[in-house]
Order: sequence, then C-alpha cells, then structure tokens
Amino acid sequence: MRGSRAQTLWAPAAAAGLLVASLFVPYWQLVLYAPQYPGGLRAVVYLTHVSGDAQEISNLNHYIGMKALEEAAPLERSLAVPTVLLFAGVAVLSAALPGGWRWVLGLPLVLFPLGFVADLAAWLWYYGHSMDPAAPIRLEPFMPVVVGRGVVAQFKTVATFQGGFYLAVAASLLMLYHLGRGRAEAARGRREDRARPVEVAAR
Amino acid sequence: MMRWRQAMVLMVLVLAAVLAGSLTGRAQRAGTVPGDVQSLIEARGLTPDQVRAALQTYVPPGKYDEYLMFSSAGQGGQVLVFGIPSMRLLRVIGVFAPEPWQGYGVGSEESATVLNWRGTDPRLAWGDTHHPALSETRGEYDGKWLFINDKAGSRIAVIDLRDFATKQIVRNPNAVSNHGAVVSPNTDYVLEVTQYAAPFPFRYVPLTQENYNRHYRGLATFWKFDRAKGRIDVSKSFQIELPPYWQDLADFGKLESDGWAFWNSFNTERAIGGTLEKKPPIEIGASARDMDYLHIVNWKRAEQLINEGKFEVVNGMKVIRLRDAVAAGILYLAPEPKSPHGLDVAPRGDYIVVGGKLDPNVTVYSFRKIQEAIRTKAFSGRDDYGIPILKFDAVVAAQVKIGLGPLHTMFDDKGNAYTSLFLDSAVAKWTLGPPYNPPDRAWKLVQKLPVQYNVGHLSTVEGDTVKPGGKYLVALNKWSVDQYKNVGPLLPQNLQLVDISGEEMKLLYNAPVGIGEPHLAQIIRMDRVKAWETYPAGTNPLTMRPDPNAVKAGQQRIVRQGRTVRVYMTAMRSHFVPDRVRVKRGDTVIFHITNIERTKDAIHGFAIDRHNVNLSLEPGKSETVVLKAERPGVYPFYCTEFCSALHLEMMGYLEVEP
Repeated sequence: MRGSRAQTLWAPAAAAGLLVASLFVPYWQLVLYAPQYPGGLRAVVYLTHVSGDAQEISNLNHYIGMKALEEAAPLERSLAVPTVLLFAGVAVLSAALPGGWRWVLGLPLVLFPLGFVADLAAWLWYYGHSMDPAAPIRLEPFMPVVVGRGVVAQFKTVATFQGGFYLAVAASLLMLYHLGRGRAEAARGRREDRARPVEVAAR
Repeated sequence: MMRWRQAMVLMVLVLAAVLAGSLTGRAQRAGTVPGDVQSLIEARGLTPDQVRAALQTYVPPGKYDEYLMFSSAGQGGQVLVFGIPSMRLLRVIGVFAPEPWQGYGVGSEESATVLNWRGTDPRLAWGDTHHPALSETRGEYDGKWLFINDKAGSRIAVIDLRDFATKQIVRNPNAVSNHGAVVSPNTDYVLEVTQYAAPFPFRYVPLTQENYNRHYRGLATFWKFDRAKGRIDVSKSFQIELPPYWQDLADFGKLESDGWAFWNSFNTERAIGGTLEKKPPIEIGASARDMDYLHIVNWKRAEQLINEGKFEVVNGMKVIRLRDAVAAGILYLAPEPKSPHGLDVAPRGDYIVVGGKLDPNVTVYSFRKIQEAIRTKAFSGRDDYGIPILKFDAVVAAQVKIGLGPLHTMFDDKGNAYTSLFLDSAVAKWTLGPPYNPPDRAWKLVQKLPVQYNVGHLSTVEGDTVKPGGKYLVALNKWSVDQYKNVGPLLPQNLQLVDISGEEMKLLYNAPVGIGEPHLAQIIRMDRVKAWETYPAGTNPLTMRPDPNAVKAGQQRIVRQGRTVRVYMTAMRSHFVPDRVRVKRGDTVIFHITNIERTKDAIHGFAIDRHNVNLSLEPGKSETVVLKAERPGVYPFYCTEFCSALHLEMMGYLEVEP
C-alpha cells in the first residue's frame, strides 16, 4: 500500500515541477524579418513578461496603430506566478485524495497549456482588431498567426511555441497519465473489493 | 537476377558521375577563373599583379576588414578611421574642429566642454592633428583610447574608443606649439614635446638672438593619464624645461629601455630668421650645422624628482628646470644627422632609429651603448646650457645607407625596418642587427619600393609596439600629382597600401584623402577594438555615465524657473516629446534630450533652425543644449538624421514670444 502511494505521487510531483520550471522558460516567440534587421526582431513571451526586441517591435507597432507589446495581458502576467504555484500545489495534493477530487484538483494543470494558447490567441486577435484608425499606416484588421508564418507590411513573421510551452504540455500529459492510471486502479480496486469477500468466504 | 545486376552497375555509374562532377567543379573553383572573369581582366587591361592586388584588397559587401587604421587629418583637425586592406574610410572623429554630423561643436554643451569653449580662451575653430597614439598595455595596443596632438594650439586630445568620440582636450599652458603625442608602454604618460621655442614662462620677450638664447625654451610635457577616469590628470603631470632647440618627434623606451624617452631636435643653430633684413631665412640658418641633437631622458628619474618636490610651479604646471635636470643627470644629448624627423624605438627597446631628412643614412643608436657612455661619462662636451653631449661613436650601433630623405621608420614581425624616403619618394626595407638578424644579414638594405609621391610618414600593422604584426604597410604621401583625376588645384592626399608579407614589398592600392592631410597613422588589429553598439540608456557622452538629466518615456516635461525654461525631451521614431515649446524673449532655454531608442543605428538629430544647433543623438545618448531666446519668432526644430519613413514629420516648434 505504501509502495503504491509513492508510485502514485511521483507523476503529479514531476508534473508540478515541470510547470513551475516553465516559469523561467519562454512559451512563445515571434520573429519579424525585414531587410534593415539582418538578425530579425524577436518578441520572446514568458508567462510573466516579454523580452527580446519588444521595445523596438512596440515602437514599430505605433506606425500601424497597434498597441505596445508590453501592454498585453497585464492581469495574466501579474497572476502567472501564484496561478502556476496554485495549480502545481493542488495537483500534488490531488495524489493524496480519493477519486473524484483528484480530477477536480488535477485538471487545472492538465488544461493549463490549452488555456495559454486560448489566451494568446485572444490577445493576438485583440491586437489585430484594435488598431488606432489615426495611425500613419492603416491596415485592415487581421488575425496574427498563433503558430507559423505570416506577413505584416514589410515584415515576414514566424511564430513558434518555445520550451516553456512544451514543459507545460509535458506536465499536462504526465498529469493526465496519472489521473488515467488512478482511474484504472480505482476500477481494478473496485473489482478486487468485490472479489475479496468472496475469497474470504471461500476460506 | 540480371536486372538486379544491371541496376547495381547503373547505380555505381551514377554515383561515380556525381562524384567526378563535384570534383571537377571544385578543381575549377580553385584552379582557373571562369571565362567571363578572364575577359573582364583583359577588357580592363589588368596585369596579373594588379589582379592579385585587387583580390587581396577586395572586401565583399557585408564583410569586415582585418585592421583599423587611425590617421591624423592634419589641418582638418580631425581623426580619420580606415579599414585595412580595403582602405575604406569608416569614420571621421571630430576632435579639434567642429564636426556637425556628429553634433560636435555645434550646440551640445558636452562638446563645448570638450572643446574648452568657455572662460576667456579664444574659441579655437580648428586644430592641426599630427600624431595619433593608441593606448598601450605592456607595450601592445589595447584598443581603449586614442590620443592626438594639435600642433597649432599646443593641445592633446583624449578619444574614447568605446564610442569613438573625443572626451577631453588639454591645452598646454606653457607651450604654444607641439609636435606629436606618444604613450609610455602602459599609458602612464602621454608625452608632448614642443616644436617651436617660445619665451618661458610664456609672455612677450622681443625676438633678438640674445633674448632667444636666454629666455626662449622648449618643453617636454609628461601628461599623466588616469585610466580609471579616462582623463589626463593635469595635477599629476609634469614638464621638463629644454634648450630653445626645436624639439621634434619622440618615442618612449620599452622593455630594456623602459623608463627612458628620446626625441629629436633641429635648429640647434637657434636661427631666428630675418628675411626682410637680408638675413638668411630660417630654413638655411637652421640647417647650417651637420649635426643636431638627439635628446635622451630618464623619465622615471624625472618622476621621482617630482615626487621629491624638486620642481617649480609655472602656470599651474610642475616644471623641472633645465639646470636641475642637468644636475640630476636625467637629460643627455647625442649628435644626430641634421634636420631629422622620425625617431623610433625598435620592438625590443634595444635600438633607436633616427631618420635625418638631409642625410642618406638612418642612424641607429644602441640603448646599451648609451647607458655605457653615460656611465663612463663618454662626453664630447656640453652644449651652451650645460647638457652633456655623448660621443657619437660611443652610442651609434650602425648607420644604414638607404636613400635620400629618410623620414620615419616602423617595424615588422621578421626583424625588418621600413623607412620612408621623402626625397626618393620611396619606402626602404632594411634589416635590423642582432638579435633580430644574424650579423651577416644585419643592417642591410633589402628593397626600395617607389611610392607616389613625397612620402611623409608610414605605418605598419602595430609596427611601433613590442609585437609588430607585419603584413601591411601604408605610405602617407604628401603629393598625388598625377594619381587621380584633377579635381581642382587642391589635390587629394595619397595613402598607399603595400603588402609586406613576403620578401618583396608590393604596392596594392591607392586611397585618396580629400578632407585633410594625414601625417601619421597607426594600424590596430580590429578585434582589439570593442566599441559600443548603442549607449546604455540615458548615457551622458562626456561622463559615459547615466546623465542626471536623462529623460525616460513618460517623464517628458517643461519646467520654468524664473527666466530659465528647462525642456526634458525624448527622441524616438518619429516624434519629439514635447514637440511644442513656448518661451519668452530673453529666457534661457535648456533642452535635455534623450534618444530613448534601444535599436542599433536608430539615430536622431536635433537641429533648431537659425540657432546654429545640431545634435547627433545615437540610441541611449542624452545631451544638453543651452540657448538664449533673443529673436522673437517661431522656429522649427527637427530631426536631421533620416530615421524612418516619417522622418520629415519628426519636428516641432520653438515659439519665442516678443
């Protein structure tokens, strides 16, 4: 019984660890290529902040009336650390709890990467659809690409998920595996529970 | 079965064909040139040597040169920076003359401070740069600082190679003329030697022969360089009073001669002219004797004298008087062939090479022989000022007959010396003696390469350091005569690149210079120079530290304090904040402007119409403009550097109310 507890604990603990580690690794990156920027310009998005050439990209954005990158997702960024710690914490806690509670406490971690993508897409849509009509260069509202290649004015853009996102996905899969296994064990346990009295009776 | 075998054979054949194709392709790339290139060579009538030279000097677009050359610009008052081997002009550095593109001397308080455009000194609008000196660590260029003299204003400038900008100009309070700047092996001192003698202390003394001999003097100034501050520290600098000979080029000893310094002199005849009175012109009077004097100075001992308080303070400078220098045994003379110019210490510090312009020899002095002569008092006499004169034969190691007009020498990494021959219009390559070469190969002329024309100084790669680099030489020619299309009577100067990597020197390339007369240049390995790409945000270019008046986004404002209006402004593509400034006639307006860009090359200018103001604000730079609003009107201010598609729109208005 104790062995099985340790066994059930490693997966959520590892998943939690991976998610916490992802705080320090970029989730998403947008590279803009134009002739006068030989190395390209990079917006490197972490859960907590944007780095890379964010200032230059924001400066260029003002020509098309797009908001500065640093203004995106203020609430999400400020809540990122407590959220991740909470999700990771309750995921570990879930290992100690029976049945249904596991799912309730484990699911936030499972769904975290999905939530990130949904939020990112929402913000990209908002940036592409809230451009200042008084800007020097007027563009039709557009949906920036979440992943893949795009074109904005003279810039070719390449958007890719980064290590942090993959860590979150790995954490999600681990947790899912754990929950799935827990369910299977529970099912087996129920079967054994039903079987055992019979055995005793036979003895 | 048969089909399989056929397929195998076919595969092998295809592979062999591909391999052969790639091999012949490679052979073609390495061995012969494509037909169209051959026809291009023929159409342009190029010789194989010229084609070779073209290939050696061509730097493809986007590729970098191997070396940087810092050259004086003579009467242009600036420093020129070339890439080598391409000989492309990469930068002009504003030093002693305003340089509007860099916002130097046209409105910024920072450059006005550097140029000493304050107090009672006249606003010198130009300078005569002669001899650049790169800072050294243990006798090698370290790529941190560059010093250069102004002959006309007796000034020395300090240039910071983090941003290639002038940071300090010191004016010699006791001299009115100088020639050259050289640094000690660890850049403790920058040595400036006067050119033309003047009354000392400087005042009016009627120019008669008697007065000249008694009251006129030369001076050697050892400017103390404070590396941590990046500034010359005048309070720790000192001077040595010298006879009224015309002291000339100098060099510091190094390695075995560290602690000593040497310089030439001419007009030891002390001629003072008088052409209207039918007296011989100075050039004749100053060349009457066959010999002038090499000055030999123990500067480490001079530094001790200063520390012991054995000096007088003249115009705020510590001066070791001539009689004290003689008594302390820190100053000696040795005869040298007349009217010399270049004086250069060999890489190991063991030989001192002097070019006497009117003598067909270079004269090589041995530092060890000099020490021995001083020890044994091998003097041939004393001059009129009591300075001991060492016996010529006791101190000379060799005289090498190389041609007419030997002027200046630098060295390579293989024990060779290169001397410019002004009268011959040639560069002579000759061998140094032991230990650089065995006795049978010592002190021999190897080759003379004609250059076009009247070569003054020359420069080899790091050729005046303890570890010369060899490979290239640049001849800095005074006359170009027929080398370029006539562009009016003021002809370009002609810098010529020479390959010295082999036994035989080969002329590679001509570079015309149309913005000044380069005298001396120094060539440094490019990787030694680590310049900033942008300034750290809000940097004052004078202090190279955060500017207390730097402005960040959101902090822009206009503050009035009585009759003073301070404008805290930012520049960013493509707008100034604020872009409207209203003041009253008689107000003092102070602009603190910060370029808040972080992107390499996102430079803005700041010009105010009709106010003689133009700044160059590189990313991160913060500068200040102070002006008096005297003429009512509405004056556009605008960005002078084409920064963006909306560059023309990057402007604002300064309103001056009546």
